[in-house]
Amino acid sequence: MHKLIVMLCLMLATNCYAVQTGSDLDARVAHLTEQLRCLVCQNQSIAESQADLAMDLKREVREMLEAGKSDAEVRDFMVERYGDFVLYDPPMKTSTLLLWLGPLVLFLAAIGAFIWRLRQRSREQDAAPPDEAELAKARALLTNKDEQ
Amino acid sequence: MKAKALIPLLIFIGLTVFLAIGLTLNPREIPSPLIDKPAPAFNLRQLNASGQALKLADMQGKVWLLNVWASWCVACRDEHPVLVEFSKRGVLPIIGLNYKDRDADALDWLQKFGNPYTTSIVDADGRVGIDYGVYGVPETFLIDGKGRIRYKQIGPITPEVLERELLPRIKELQGA
Repeated sequence: MHKLIVMLCLMLATNCYAVQTGSDLDARVAHLTEQLRCLVCQNQSIAESQADLAMDLKREVREMLEAGKSDAEVRDFMVERYGDFVLYDPPMKTSTLLLWLGPLVLFLAAIGAFIWRLRQRSREQDAAPPDEAELAKARALLTNKDEQ
Repeated sequence: MKAKALIPLLIFIGLTVFLAIGLTLNPREIPSPLIDKPAPAFNLRQLNASGQALKLADMQGKVWLLNVWASWCVACRDEHPVLVEFSKRGVLPIIGLNYKDRDADALDWLQKFGNPYTTSIVDADGRVGIDYGVYGVPETFLIDGKGRIRYKQIGPITPEVLERELLPRIKELQGA
């Protein structure tokens, strides 16, 4: 058991070591390319994809960062060429308003419908108070029960 | 009460309409943000013995096609006969952008299947391709006399695409 724990610790330690020795640039390239969608295999990020274009774009991102460009500049570079499609996190603007606000609108509509339904139901209950005949019947039942 | 019973049907119809629209769209076709924008500049070696450079500015004042192709591209082979036929009509200059290819392979390919290009330029490392947002070869850009991209065809040019999409636009631009 002790051996196992020691082994696990060692494994974790080497992992940490590997991450820390990776340069800052590597980390930035990896972080950025994970947010960009590969255009050839559309369900992969540029970081994951082995497609030729993805490799080229990784190279491009690395070179831009080496040249001192900011993350935002790299993202703009990609959007200029491939459109918002390359971003996994599309910006909010008029053409994407429905995308961003749609869920909120649906949620509010659902809450609205729920409240409306509740009100209607309580109104239905208020609207029809029991009349005299019904009350008399109920009383009779209750008194009968007492006698038994 | 009757109106209420119709609600599920209405929701169903709405969903069906959205799904039907979705079926007609091609998710692989990403609209280019470059349409109606100035074409990105390039200065590339031509694919011929002279090896002279061709710049974007050299095409100023002409309506022309930029066709991205490569000898390794399978779909380009489907497109090629259409381009060869079209080039014989001499409607406009067709510049080939030989994308990430080897010169020898590219020249072989043109020899074998015919050369529809006024000239081809060599984009060996694919950088100009990136500037043009190329993600699937073949792609074709229609560029006007002011150097603006007016139309982008993603995937092979078929005779239908040529007649329906390209020719009317070319005529309009050449008339203007």
